[in-house]
Amino acid sequence: MAQADTDRFGRPLVVVTGMGIVTSLGRGQSENWAALTAGRSGIHAITRFSTENLRTRIAGTVDFEPVDPLCAPMLSERLGELAAEEAVAQAAFPRKGEFPGPLFVAVPPVEVEWPQRRALAEAAAADGDVTYTQLLAGASTRRFDSWHDLFTFGTVADRIADRFGTLGSPISLSTACSSGATAIQLGVEAIRRGEAEAALCIGTDGSVNPESLVRFSLLSALSTQNNPPESAAKPFAKNRDGFVMGEGAAALVLESAASARARGARILGFVLGCGEKGDGFHRTRSSPDGAPIIAAIQEAIDDAGLTPDDIDYVNAHGTGTPENDKMEALGCMKVMGERMGTVPISSNKSMVGHTLTAAGAVEAVVSLMTIAGGRLPPTINYAVPDPAIPLDVVPNAARDASVRFVLSNSFGFGGQNTCLVLGAEPK
Amino acid sequence: MSRAVVVTGIGLVSSLGEGIAPHLAALASPPEPQVDAERFAPYPVHPMPAIEWDRQIAKKSDQRQMEPWQRLGVYTAGLALEEAGLRGDVEAKARMQMIVAAGGGERDYAVDGQILTGLRGAADPGAFLNERLMSDLRPTLFLAQLSNLLAGNISIVHGVTGASRTFMGEEMSGVDALRIAQARIASGQVDAMLVGSSYNAERCDSLLIFELGGYLWKKPFRSVWDRPADGGGLILGSGAGFLVLEAREHAERRGAAIRAELQPVKAARTRRDPGAVTSALAHLWRESAVPEGATILSGATGISGPTDEERAALAQVAPGAPLHAVGDLLGHPLEAAAAVSAALAAALVASGQATDVAATCVGHRRGEGLVRLTRAQ
Repeated sequence: MAQADTDRFGRPLVVVTGMGIVTSLGRGQSENWAALTAGRSGIHAITRFSTENLRTRIAGTVDFEPVDPLCAPMLSERLGELAAEEAVAQAAFPRKGEFPGPLFVAVPPVEVEWPQRRALAEAAAADGDVTYTQLLAGASTRRFDSWHDLFTFGTVADRIADRFGTLGSPISLSTACSSGATAIQLGVEAIRRGEAEAALCIGTDGSVNPESLVRFSLLSALSTQNNPPESAAKPFAKNRDGFVMGEGAAALVLESAASARARGARILGFVLGCGEKGDGFHRTRSSPDGAPIIAAIQEAIDDAGLTPDDIDYVNAHGTGTPENDKMEALGCMKVMGERMGTVPISSNKSMVGHTLTAAGAVEAVVSLMTIAGGRLPPTINYAVPDPAIPLDVVPNAARDASVRFVLSNSFGFGGQNTCLVLGAEPK
Repeated sequence: MSRAVVVTGIGLVSSLGEGIAPHLAALASPPEPQVDAERFAPYPVHPMPAIEWDRQIAKKSDQRQMEPWQRLGVYTAGLALEEAGLRGDVEAKARMQMIVAAGGGERDYAVDGQILTGLRGAADPGAFLNERLMSDLRPTLFLAQLSNLLAGNISIVHGVTGASRTFMGEEMSGVDALRIAQARIASGQVDAMLVGSSYNAERCDSLLIFELGGYLWKKPFRSVWDRPADGGGLILGSGAGFLVLEAREHAERRGAAIRAELQPVKAARTRRDPGAVTSALAHLWRESAVPEGATILSGATGISGPTDEERAALAQVAPGAPLHAVGDLLGHPLEAAAAVSAALAAALVASGQATDVAATCVGHRRGEGLVRLTRAQ
């Protein structure tokens, strides 16, 4: 029987024909997969800047890709570009530099950073206390005009669009810590609307700098267990005490099944369903009943034309904050029922840290590698089980499993809940 | 499937005032822009009007948790919901989705200044910076700065909790927010959306990013069309625009008043070689099939290059058409430019003063967009 190019709702099926990933564990799918299945951590002491006087002094920074100047937009662009290179090469479109569809990039918020502020203040060459009047005077020397592009929000996407020759107006987006999943959702929707045959979806984040770390630290969101660094991220464990910031990027080439088959592209997997639900309870906390998380998970499964019983594995948001892991477990247990006690759920963040804007995309790529590899990456640092989370978190060691359908969760500040269902094949 | 997408709620705030009336009045007479040339001299700005925040943001605690850009956006989103008759419709708002175009939030200028002053003589600058950030930053400031927290605050204050996405990227984020919302509704992916953006121009850090690059106009106010001959430059304007968009049958089913129809939004990205803006706009104009006689709302910024190229394009595709430069009325509200122009266009159509309005939005640095609103058929 010929394979269908549409899903049970009559929409074009969306396949993945290229993937790219870079994290603190390394460049590319194979390096990352080897490390993730070995249970290796990419978290280390921060050396990029002084950590004197900080409560948290560790992160999963990506230090093997030097950029100049080192600042969030430059590193985010570089990491996004690396991931996209791998993904686009794997998709093997006939014409290099002419990607046949739109670009959706999840990028961290950007702003002028401290080294640049200091340079502007110095350029003003004024005595007395520094105010923004001096910074503006420094800027008006015209010596720093290239920083306008560097620190405006659309530049990363613009440069990536240029590099890969994507079509139309590139979209830069944020849904906080679910941004990577939203980038994928936007691509899926464009293909389902018939607007595009392909889409390049990227999540990237290279924003570990003193102020971004302090911001999360002041919200008590970060682990402060600095020694040893690789043990700090402890999702689902009773002694979890916050997330560890990470950097990285992932890119997916999405394509309509019809287009991929017509050109004989290798299909790496399917993005079968997307679900999202807002939460107006609080700026950083979830509704106590978990209703929005439950709705997002349920919608993703419904959208995939599946039932909760079809889900073989959950790639957790699993940040390692007391609040997230409790609410995520609650949401999964509500949707899956008793069966959730035996559905494996693990957190890549135990190894790569929380790659923030990139996380949803990074974890979608890992989910597809999990399906292809038939092996579940573990939740490492799981030494003290939490009785409130009676789940199979694939503790500490990878194990083989046959996985057809993965639920990948992403949740963020501002009431953002985005879930994806990825599969080897549609049901 | 392709469904008509209609506007049922318009929220609009700028230096001209609040709501549709002062804006239509401004379009009907020679521009009398509100310009504050003193507060940020030498940079003129179009300031926010006086706003009674309580009217849309009931809790003072919510107001305090937001920086002005968020407060303005939440307020204006409230105006749009109210006009759409949805203010009290808890259930409809709980289903409604959002796309918000946003930049980032405001710095704490005093803290920045003190840190920069202290860094000059610090023996260990890294340790000093960390110590001061840990002790001087307000923990909640981060949430007032995060791009997606405008949408987050709209969820909290107004109960719009279907789901939200925040687009970033200066002017084009606003164009693309409208474009994707229209496409999603037209294709049946969603029935109703709240779309919009807000911008606070009265910020030293906003001015700083535009002084970097030399994009700011530093002379007395002049029309955007006249600025390029004198070096060019833009004047930032505080403002916000929000629209409630619905599939036509969805709006009819609930008996909502239909104000205008949003046509598919067109957007392009050129490499900005000479002439690229002119040809891109002319192409979008044809793609959008704008009829002769349509009213034009131009989002021209006043900077050299794109402003002249836009004028050339308009002279080519719509010679003699009624043309208003939104920048001459209320300045340049960056991410909010497209939403403000779309709200103005919808207001013109809703009031019967135009049947077809095409709003241009050419980014100061990149991106070209065209948003067309018509009388609903």
